[in-house]
Amino acid sequence: MSTITDPVQGGFRISMLLYDTRYRSMTIQVIALIGFLLAIGWLFGNAAQNLAALGKPLNFSFLGDTAGYDINQRLIEYNSQMTHGRAAVVGLLNTLLVAVLGCITATVIGVLVGIMRLSKNWIISKIMTVYIETFRNVPVLLWIIMTMAIFIEVFPKPSDFRGADAVASMKLFESVAVTNRGIFIPSPVFGSGSMAVIAVFILSIVGIFVFGRWAHKRQDETGQILPTFWIKLGIFFIPSIIVFYVMGQPISLEYPELKGFNFKGGFHMRNSLIALWFALSLYTAAFIAETVRSGIQAVSKGQTEAAAALGLRPGRITSLVVLPQALRVIIPPMISQYMNLTKNSSLAIAVGYMDITGTLGGVTLNQTGREMESLMILMAIYLTISLTISTVMNVYNERVKLRER
Amino acid sequence: MKKSVFIGTLAAASVTASLAAAGTLDDVKAAGELKCGVSTGVVGFAAADANGVWGGFDVAVCRAVAAAVLGDANKIKFVPTTGKTRFTALASGEVDMLARNTTWTYSRDIDLKFDFIGVNYYDGQGFMAPKALGVASAKDLDGATVCIQTGTTTELNLADFFRANNISYEPVPIETNSEAQAQYLAGACDVFTTDASGLAATRATFENPNDHVVLPEIISKEPLGPLVRHGDNQWGDVVRWTLNALISAEELGITSANVDKLASAAGNNPEVNRMLGTEGDLGAMLGLDKSWAHRAIGVAGNYGEIFEKNIGEATPVGLARGLNAQWTNGGLIYSPPFR
Ligand SMILES: N[C@@H](CCC(=O)N[C@@H](CS)C(=O)NCC(=O)O)C(=O)O
Repeated sequence: MSTITDPVQGGFRISMLLYDTRYRSMTIQVIALIGFLLAIGWLFGNAAQNLAALGKPLNFSFLGDTAGYDINQRLIEYNSQMTHGRAAVVGLLNTLLVAVLGCITATVIGVLVGIMRLSKNWIISKIMTVYIETFRNVPVLLWIIMTMAIFIEVFPKPSDFRGADAVASMKLFESVAVTNRGIFIPSPVFGSGSMAVIAVFILSIVGIFVFGRWAHKRQDETGQILPTFWIKLGIFFIPSIIVFYVMGQPISLEYPELKGFNFKGGFHMRNSLIALWFALSLYTAAFIAETVRSGIQAVSKGQTEAAAALGLRPGRITSLVVLPQALRVIIPPMISQYMNLTKNSSLAIAVGYMDITGTLGGVTLNQTGREMESLMILMAIYLTISLTISTVMNVYNERVKLRER
Repeated sequence: MKKSVFIGTLAAASVTASLAAAGTLDDVKAAGELKCGVSTGVVGFAAADANGVWGGFDVAVCRAVAAAVLGDANKIKFVPTTGKTRFTALASGEVDMLARNTTWTYSRDIDLKFDFIGVNYYDGQGFMAPKALGVASAKDLDGATVCIQTGTTTELNLADFFRANNISYEPVPIETNSEAQAQYLAGACDVFTTDASGLAATRATFENPNDHVVLPEIISKEPLGPLVRHGDNQWGDVVRWTLNALISAEELGITSANVDKLASAAGNNPEVNRMLGTEGDLGAMLGLDKSWAHRAIGVAGNYGEIFEKNIGEATPVGLARGLNAQWTNGGLIYSPPFR
C-alpha cells in the first residue's frame, strides 16, 4: 500500500475526495459541517424573518427601559425605577450567590458522606447509602418545592412571636428568629476603630498561610510534625480578639427585632434562598458522594496497606495517601456536578427566588414580551458561567494531576 | 434544558407568522378544535371540576366561540397558563385565544402585539389580609410582606402604589394562584394582592372566608378581557362579536330559555332577528353561518346569566354586578349594535 504513505505523484482528481481514504473522512466532515451551518442559519434566518413579520424584530433596547417591578433579595442597590438591565444583574448576582453557597456546602457534605459510605460501621454506611439513593433518584425540583413547603408550614410566622403568650420564641439567647419567612440573624455593626480589628484579622489569615508554609518546610527538613491545627486556630482567633478588646469593642451586633409586620434589623436569609440552597446542596452532594466514593475505591488497596505498614495512622493514610490520589479521579466529574448545580439553580422561581431566570427570563421577559432576546442573553450567561467553572476546575485539575517524571 | 427551550422558541417563532397569515379561523375549523388559554385555576373564572370539565366565567367565552365557529361548545382544548406563560402561549400559536383574567394595557396591546377584543369584567387591584392582623387600610401596610403573582400587572401596580405612598414592603413572587393561597394561609405573607375579582374567588375557597378582609383601597384599573394575536383581524372579529353577542343578548332579553324560540322565526325586534340570523346574513360577513350567535348564546345563556351562574351573588364568589352591569342599569357593559 505505497499509495497511503507516499505522496501522490499524479495530479489530484475530484473523485479522490470520495474514493481516496486520505480525503474521504475529511470530505464527509466538511459536508456535515456545511449542512449543520445551513440548518442553523435557516433556523435563525427564519426566526428573525418571522419575528420581523410579527412586528417584533430582534431589539435589545428594552434592557434600558424602566423595569417597574421590585425584587426582594438584592445584593446591589435596586428599585423599581431602575432598568431591566439592572434587574438582570440583580438576578445574576442572586444566581451566583446560591451557586457559590451551594457548591461549597455540596462539596463539604458530599466528601463527608462519600467517605462515611465506605465506613466499616454498618449502620453509618447504610444510612449514607439510603441518603444517596433517595436524593439521586428524585427530581431536584421536587426537593426544592418540598423543602419550601416544609419551611412554610412548620416554622412559626412572625406574628406568633408577638404578645405576652407568644407561641414561638427566638433561639440562641434571643438572637436568632426562625420564621416561615426566613431566618433572621444578628448582623455586625462596625463602629469607629473597627478597621483596626479587621486589619488584624486579615493579617492573621495571611499569618496562617505563612506559618503553614514554614511548618511544612520545617517538617521536610527535620521530620518533626507540629500540631499545626491548634496553632492555626490560635492565630485565627487570639490576635483579633485582643485588638477587639483593646480598641474598646468597636464591633457590635444588631439583633433582629419584631417591629410591625416583620422582624427588622440583622440579616434576613429568606426562606426561598434557604430552601433552594438546602435542596440543591443535598441533591448535588449525593452525586458528589458517589464520585468521592468511586475515587477512593479507585486507589488500589496496596497503597493503603503500604502506608499502614510504614506506620501511618488511619486518619493520615486517608489525608496523605488516599485522598491526594483519589482527587485525580474525583475532580473531572466534580466539574460537571458544579455546572449541574448552577444550571439547576434556574429552578429558583418555583420557590420565588429571584435569580436571573426569575428576573430576566421571568418578569422582564413577560412584561416586555421579548422572549427571543431574553432567552438568548440567558443562554449566553449560563454558558459563560459554565465555561468559567470548567476553566477554573481544569486549571486545578492540571495542578493535582499525576506528574510523570 | 435551556437549549431545548431556546430551540422551542425558535421553532415556535418560525411557525407563528405562517399561522397568523393563514388565518386562525380557517385553522380552527380545519383542526375541528379551539385551543383556548385559561388560568391554572381560579374558582368561578376558570377551573376544572372533579371530572376534568372546565367551567367558569372566562371559560364561558371560550365555549361560546367554539359553539359559534365549530358548532360544538365542547370541541375545545383548554390550555392552563400562568401569568408568566400566557403571552408566550398565545404569541407562539400554542393557543388560538386567551380568556384568562388578563388586563388590557397599552404595552400588551401595542408592544406585545396582541389585540384585546373587549372587556368582559371591569376590575381593579385590591388587597386581602387576615382579620387578626388588624389593618384597616392599604396605607397601613408599611413593612408588610406581600404575596404577588409574577408576570402580572399586579406586581407593577404594587411597586407604584408603595412608591407613591412612600412606604416599604417585601414582595414574595409566586407563579400560580394556588401557591399564593398556600403561602398566604400559612402566614408566609401578610397580605395577598391581585384583582379584586380574583381575591373574591380565592377567598371563596378558604375554610373560613370570614377570617379575611378585603381592604377598601382599589389601587388600579384592571379591564379584563379576552385577547388574540395582533394581525389576524378576521379571527379577532369572530371573538369580539361573539362576546358582543353575549352582551347584546342580555340587553335585548335573549336568554338560554328563549333563544331557540326566538331563532326559529323572525320576531318583531329587527336587531334580535339580525343577530339570530332570521333576517339578513350577518354570519357570512364573519365567515360563519347564519346561526352562529344563536349557538353561542345557546351554550350558557347571555352575559348576565353567565355572570350570575359563575360569579354572581348567589355563588360562593359572590360578586355584585357593579361596574359590570349593563349600561342601561348604570354599568359599563355595552355592546355596539348588530347591524
Ligand atoms: N389582571 C392581571 C392579573 C391576572 C392574574 O394573574 N390573576 C391571578 C389571580 S386572579 C390569576 O388569574 N391566577 C390564576 C393562575 O394562577 O393560573 C394581569 O392581567 O396581569
